[in-house]
Amino acid sequence: MQPWEVLVQQTINGLTRGAVFALIALGYTMVYGIIELINFAHGDVFMLGLFISLSWFALFGVTQAPTGWQLLTILPLVFVLTMLSTAALNVAIDRVAYRPLRRSTRLAPLITAIGVSFMLENLALLWKGPAPIAYPDVFPSVDILREWFGVDSAIFVTTKDVLVVGATIPLMLALNYFVTRTRWGKAMRATAQDRETAQAMGINVERTILLTFFVGGALAGAAGLIQGLYYNIGMWWMGYQAGLRAFTAAVLGGIGNMPGAALGGLFIGFLSAWSDQYISARWTNAIVFSILILVLVFRPQGLLGARSADKV
Amino acid sequence: MLELADVHTYYGNIRALRGVSLSVAPGEIVTLIGSNGAGKTTTLRTILGTARPRRGTITFGGRRLDTLPTDRIVRLGIAQSPEGRRIFPRMTVLENLELGAFARTDRAAIGADLERVFALFPRLAQRPTQQGATLSGGEQQMLAIGRALMARPSLLLLDEPSMGLAPILVETIFRIVQDINRQGTTILLVEQNARMALRVAHRGYVMQTGRIVLQAAAAELLRSDLVRKTYLGEK
Repeated sequence: MQPWEVLVQQTINGLTRGAVFALIALGYTMVYGIIELINFAHGDVFMLGLFISLSWFALFGVTQAPTGWQLLTILPLVFVLTMLSTAALNVAIDRVAYRPLRRSTRLAPLITAIGVSFMLENLALLWKGPAPIAYPDVFPSVDILREWFGVDSAIFVTTKDVLVVGATIPLMLALNYFVTRTRWGKAMRATAQDRETAQAMGINVERTILLTFFVGGALAGAAGLIQGLYYNIGMWWMGYQAGLRAFTAAVLGGIGNMPGAALGGLFIGFLSAWSDQYISARWTNAIVFSILILVLVFRPQGLLGARSADKV
Repeated sequence: MLELADVHTYYGNIRALRGVSLSVAPGEIVTLIGSNGAGKTTTLRTILGTARPRRGTITFGGRRLDTLPTDRIVRLGIAQSPEGRRIFPRMTVLENLELGAFARTDRAAIGADLERVFALFPRLAQRPTQQGATLSGGEQQMLAIGRALMARPSLLLLDEPSMGLAPILVETIFRIVQDINRQGTTILLVEQNARMALRVAHRGYVMQTGRIVLQAAAAELLRSDLVRKTYLGEK
């Protein structure tokens, strides 16, 4: 492989990783925007999304690559069911763990979020055991350049890469439509910008918070399913690492800033892929968290500007 | 229409309202004047439920408000243009106005009210897509009032609509307040600019340290010694 081919290949890897980080980071940033909580359990909702999607596939009897029409019907259905499941889970977490603390100090729900994270991880450990879980190779992996275009290239672009991007972009467009065009999307932004005034508009703030957790949970579930389809493996602890990277992405873009979270996710995706290649996979976490520290020290409002950086 | 009876509101242990009683009848402009910290804004917040009374009752059209959540109170027909305007900074003029109509169920009539607000405030009609944060103080004030009107309230609470505005703009705002009232909206107006407030209002209440100390017809208050000395700066 030529050096430029390596770079292109790692950039493609970075894009697919970044898409998953971006979907998770959006949930972090939306929840922060509305209740100023860093929801440390969010990464674990992503992890459970992967495991829950396994159960949905199992329910439909899918254990390996299904045929064409099955893929076209079952896969979208599992997407929807997984997203609904994690959305409901995220709403339940808020109701049980965070809502009773709505009027207490900021630290109380933050520590609770860490506790919820431990509980979800241990739940997954009980459910699936400590060993990595094989995820069925539901989505066929076709080397597009070679098999479809007959190009003999060292670079691999597979149908799975296309799946990741092809699932992420519509989700982000739908989210963008929701927050900028719909009544409840506008209510959500209004609540994030000025809660008391939003109430004075007749907006039920608790309902808006519920909706935020619902949407954030759905995106995390989609990310979990995409992760499973792409890497064909799931671990009970994967939410911790993905969550921290996605959190870094959200801070990088400016916590509370939704386009910032999406771009931050992509950036962290590229960075971690390049770091794995050119430095060493062992150093990638150190590099990602150095970025987090540098941003917090020198530009706490993030690259695109945060909603309220003074409150991080 | 609106009735406050012996309302006490606290911020922590600080007594902000110490037994406020007042009433507003349909069609009136009633003003609440007083110096900074007298409890005027707290009175409005307590009506709207964003602050809660520890004692006393608030009724609106015969219904108790002091136990209802804010979003329900708004749905009963009360809207507010808050102190400091509180425009949603990263939303456009049009989005701010749309949010004013959030609680309404008669979607079809919203368009006509938007036209009415734009007719009252042509400055807003010229910049529907401008972000709230980038508007001038006067434009933000117009937007805050317009946004409250979008709820088509039967009672409009105006908190310091003249604050920070150039004198010429103050005149304009108060003329519009009178126009809104003539079109059938009852108004409770909180102001530090006592002279202007008493000129447009029918009746007035004077607040000092959480209490109503004087109430009378507006013309009468303009002539009273207390108001002239304390709030109009006359000797």
